[in-house]
Amino acid sequence: METEALVRQACKKFENDKGRMMDVLWELQNTLGCIDDHSMEIVARELKTSRVAVEGVVTFYSFFSREQKGKIILRVCDDIIDRHAGSEKIASAFSEELGVPIGGTSSDKTFSLEYTPCIGMSDQAPSALINGVPITNLTPESARDTAKELIKGVCPSSLVKKTGDGNNSHELIKSMVNNNIQKRGEVLLSTDVSKSAGLDAALKLSSPDVIKEIIDSGLRGRGGAGFPTGEKFRLARNTNSDKRYVICNADEGEPGTFKDRVLLTERADLLFDGMTIAAHAIGSNAGIVYLRGEYAYLLPYLESVLAERRSAGLLGKSIRRKKDFDFDIRIQLGAGAYICGEESALISSLEGLRGEPKNRPPFPVEKGYMGKPTVVNNVETFCCVARIMENGAAWFSAIGTKASKGTKLLSICGDCTKPGVYEVPYGLTVSELLVMVGAHDTTIVQVGGAGGVMVGKSSFGRKICVSDLATGGAIMVFGANRNVLGIVDYFLEFFSEESCGYCTPCRVGVIFLRERIKKVMQGLADKADLGYLRDLSKTIKMTSRCGLGSSAPNCVINSIDEFPLVYSSHMREKSDGFAAGFDIQKALDESRRIAKRTSMIYDPVYGEERGLGE
Amino acid sequence: MKKKIATVSLAGCFGCHMSLLDIDERILELLKLAEFERSPVNDIKKFRGRCDVGLVEGGCCNEENVHTLLSFRQNCDVLVGVGQCAVMGGLPVMRNAIMHSDEPLKDCLETAYLNSPYVYNPTNDIPNDPALPLILDKVYTCSEVVKMDYLIPGCPPTGDVLWQTLTALLGGNLAGLPKDIVKFD
Repeated sequence: METEALVRQACKKFENDKGRMMDVLWELQNTLGCIDDHSMEIVARELKTSRVAVEGVVTFYSFFSREQKGKIILRVCDDIIDRHAGSEKIASAFSEELGVPIGGTSSDKTFSLEYTPCIGMSDQAPSALINGVPITNLTPESARDTAKELIKGVCPSSLVKKTGDGNNSHELIKSMVNNNIQKRGEVLLSTDVSKSAGLDAALKLSSPDVIKEIIDSGLRGRGGAGFPTGEKFRLARNTNSDKRYVICNADEGEPGTFKDRVLLTERADLLFDGMTIAAHAIGSNAGIVYLRGEYAYLLPYLESVLAERRSAGLLGKSIRRKKDFDFDIRIQLGAGAYICGEESALISSLEGLRGEPKNRPPFPVEKGYMGKPTVVNNVETFCCVARIMENGAAWFSAIGTKASKGTKLLSICGDCTKPGVYEVPYGLTVSELLVMVGAHDTTIVQVGGAGGVMVGKSSFGRKICVSDLATGGAIMVFGANRNVLGIVDYFLEFFSEESCGYCTPCRVGVIFLRERIKKVMQGLADKADLGYLRDLSKTIKMTSRCGLGSSAPNCVINSIDEFPLVYSSHMREKSDGFAAGFDIQKALDESRRIAKRTSMIYDPVYGEERGLGE
Repeated sequence: MKKKIATVSLAGCFGCHMSLLDIDERILELLKLAEFERSPVNDIKKFRGRCDVGLVEGGCCNEENVHTLLSFRQNCDVLVGVGQCAVMGGLPVMRNAIMHSDEPLKDCLETAYLNSPYVYNPTNDIPNDPALPLILDKVYTCSEVVKMDYLIPGCPPTGDVLWQTLTALLGGNLAGLPKDIVKFD
């Protein structure tokens, strides 16, 4: 009965609102260590929905589990950068010390150990989350020491011996994470950023004038797609509705991205200021920040910033004494699903559903959260909005290139001497970037994360901007010692894990792509396989339901185009007439063993091949 | 000189060959254009010379299938996979789904000959006569074994599809088939 009371209490805490399913489930996962079938039934009853709907949500997110997890959960980041930095050794060090298999839970339910996709610490890899506490720059030795401390009963938050730079040392964060800000630009990371100057300037203008200012600035969405932000505001404002929403996408799950983490740590006020300006512009009174589960350690701090803003009259009722302007922001914690960074999937998740993308159109600006017009923007975009209102459209549009205005935050990691966050004006070429970050002997620059563009040496002259290499800011640098096909295989593995499974081209197609890439890696492919890879990639791109599927084959197509020699060096010419990859001897092995006899056709007897006479 | 056609049924059910007979009286017209070489239609069992077109029904489930398919590839100018089994493995390929076993092939044989309900096998033997070709570790589609030039889906492809395919191939002008006659089941 105790469980029943706990579950009911959790549901009640969120007013038995099934739209708040994520919060209810987080509550249960944290208190009970799992969400078992019994709990799901009670949740379904209390929230007046079906059990299968609850189960659908529980099984969708990797941070929720049906099986009992350990009291302490260690999640080792399995990003490609972390892998190159030795995450496998870290995981096995934890595994040996704690006596828990990777992917398992100790029999006394004390420890769980598992891999998790990028946790946004690639510049301080390898890293892990221990009950949500980020532990960075791990070595096998430090992993062993950490494990020993955990066995002694040290609480995960006490594992942090030395806190990181900037606000990472704030008493509500106290994290060992470092910002690693390598280059400050004038828009976002300059040291004279005000907490509310943008909002104050915006409130002097009418809503249409605010939108005009944003349009004039030429600001485009910083998430990667690059949609003009002012235009988005205008569309949302012009859609007739009694309610509109402002949503901030702080679910940066793209492998190798971490710049939003730095903004959330150092520029939280600017973000909330930008969201409030957006609310004023489109006529909204409710905002939500969808914070990825991996950044839960920032939650208390962000809540405190919101509280401060409320008491300063920058949030809540009658903001800045404007009678007709009420706006407040709540933070929704995600639960480990990459796909929720896609705006329509994010909205599904906010509505208490599985984080599956919705059909578009209608676009969120017409029918978004709860069916109401919704503006969804990246953390960086909202921060830019606030700075534009503070300093004017002309100031902003003077920076960058003709089509891409302003600066861009880049998260740079991998084989370079100065990984971290860089704020640079748009228009930087890849080779300039490589010099800036101290990268030598680079063979691949992966721009835009797993689904982005794989840039090879011959294309290092390309520019980072909307019209050339558009990116949300994830840049991974790979040196000459890295295996191109291994990287492609990693990305495909990532996408097959993170596909929501709704549409077949993405769910099945990516698996087939990976099978074929494996065949190439084993030296069993021929030219026809490359044709197959291209054709299938094209089909997946054309027919997938959302951006995840349509960008998943990019690494395949790019690598074939940029590194043809890598592929051709894996091709094998065969003279036996069989298709590449077919090995008759291997195909017969098991049969020979079971039948305890040799082949009539393919096993030579006394030096000559027997035949059936064909 | 007349063109030559060879046909074979590998791991198939002969349904595609039955379907070939569904071209009905057009078979007379076909024989004006070509003659059958190695084929069950005329019971010629060996290639006696090069053929223009080879039709292959069924995928490969044993070594003899592989051997035959390879000889088709070596002796036919154009090789066409006909029907679901040749293209995707069809019904036989279901045994490839036994993959969570340490010994999938052994499991398959035991299920087929020993353990299934309704199996009457008083000697409890799994057929293993030396004359039986060895079974492969899994069922392979034709394209996995040799290069195929065309694949015609359908279970079976209709007589019309086979008629159009053959006449176009013999005329040297196969440029796809009308959508409405191609079926996948």
